[in-house]
Amino acid sequence: MKTYLCIVCGFVYDEASGRPEDGIAPGTRWADVPESWACPDCGVAKADFEVVEI
Amino acid sequence: MQEPLVILGAGLAGWTTAREFRKLDSRTPMLMITADSGDFYAKPSLSNAFARRLAPAQLVTTPAAKMVETLNVTLLQRTRVVALDPLARTVSSSKGELGYRALVLATGAQPIRVPLQGDAAERVLSVNSLDDFAALHQQLRPGSRVLIMGAGLIGCEFANDLAAAGHSVSVVDPSARPLAALLPEDASTQLRDALAALGVAWHFRSTVQAVGRDADGLRATLSDGTVLGADAVLSAIGLRADTTLAQAAGLVCERGIVVDGRLQTSAEHIYALGDCAQYASAEHRTLPYVMPIMNAAKVLAANLAGQPAELAFPLMPVAIKTPALPVVVAPPAPGQMGQWNSPEAGLWQFVGAEGRQHGFVLTGPQTARRAEQASRLAA
Repeated sequence: MKTYLCIVCGFVYDEASGRPEDGIAPGTRWADVPESWACPDCGVAKADFEVVEI
Repeated sequence: MQEPLVILGAGLAGWTTAREFRKLDSRTPMLMITADSGDFYAKPSLSNAFARRLAPAQLVTTPAAKMVETLNVTLLQRTRVVALDPLARTVSSSKGELGYRALVLATGAQPIRVPLQGDAAERVLSVNSLDDFAALHQQLRPGSRVLIMGAGLIGCEFANDLAAAGHSVSVVDPSARPLAALLPEDASTQLRDALAALGVAWHFRSTVQAVGRDADGLRATLSDGTVLGADAVLSAIGLRADTTLAQAAGLVCERGIVVDGRLQTSAEHIYALGDCAQYASAEHRTLPYVMPIMNAAKVLAANLAGQPAELAFPLMPVAIKTPALPVVVAPPAPGQMGQWNSPEAGLWQFVGAEGRQHGFVLTGPQTARRAEQASRLAA
């Protein structure tokens, strides 16, 4: 399980926790997060979401 | 020769405008002018970097050189613009006079400073850029005593971050509780207690009057007579839109540079967005947060690329990065009548007399319900 950081706003997506409030189950890999998902803090679309592993 | 699109400021607003513009127009030359290095970093991480043990250089997610290459822009670093000429369509800078086809003001906001007495008043820091962060970072040692002026969003985030990193934090604010302007009283009390449990010492209904030196470092005297020793004093009492250049050039400015639904200022070919702008699309408010910048940059880029678009902000709840008690706020519009109700722990709803919900606050685990609460707000 990896963790990704939104470089625009610092929001952290943790694969282990997923994002249940957005319908993304715990354990969902970044690659499987839907393309329609946007960063909850800054609104950057997944397609534009530049991620780094931390 | 074709004059470039000129962007003043290489913060989130400037870079995002450049990125969005390049998606629509790969050819028009772009020139960016910044007083800083132009390195791209997530500004919100300035107030959560200490607990993550990150040094200033580690906050840079994309170096300026890489941005320049990816976006095909010319970047003038460490360059000050001193004047705009809307009629001649030029800007005067420390590197000479430059023409523009369109000009974007993304000059951000400057920390509000209050005059202080004492022989160390100039030692008070504000953290509003990566350079500022580096200055604070350099002053701190393990277990340093940090005095924060202001218990607003930035003050609370820094208090949480510095306390979590093992520093000894005091916060001074004239109001009776943290985030007093934004939160209902019991939400605010929760945040106060969560940060106190982390070791933050609060000094409410008081202000810093003087900062002097003593044998151990700095000594702050508060309006209630309390004297606090500190190794660093951080001022976080608020930001004011940087309208200096716009005002001097005769552009209409109020709390920020006034822009219409297409992000144009009162002068043709000059646009503004980000912390320096006051948006017609947001009931003439300034919106110094990340999400409004992302929205505004997309609409501005379309207009600059000759595709007229009007800005309509979606609901933009603000996340306050205080891990001791995470908070999400969707404040009611200014002037909206109503009152805060708390139907369950960690949830507050701002309800008008007509029974509709106009805002909400979520704390702790309830912050997971942001999307659900947002969907309930009156459109």
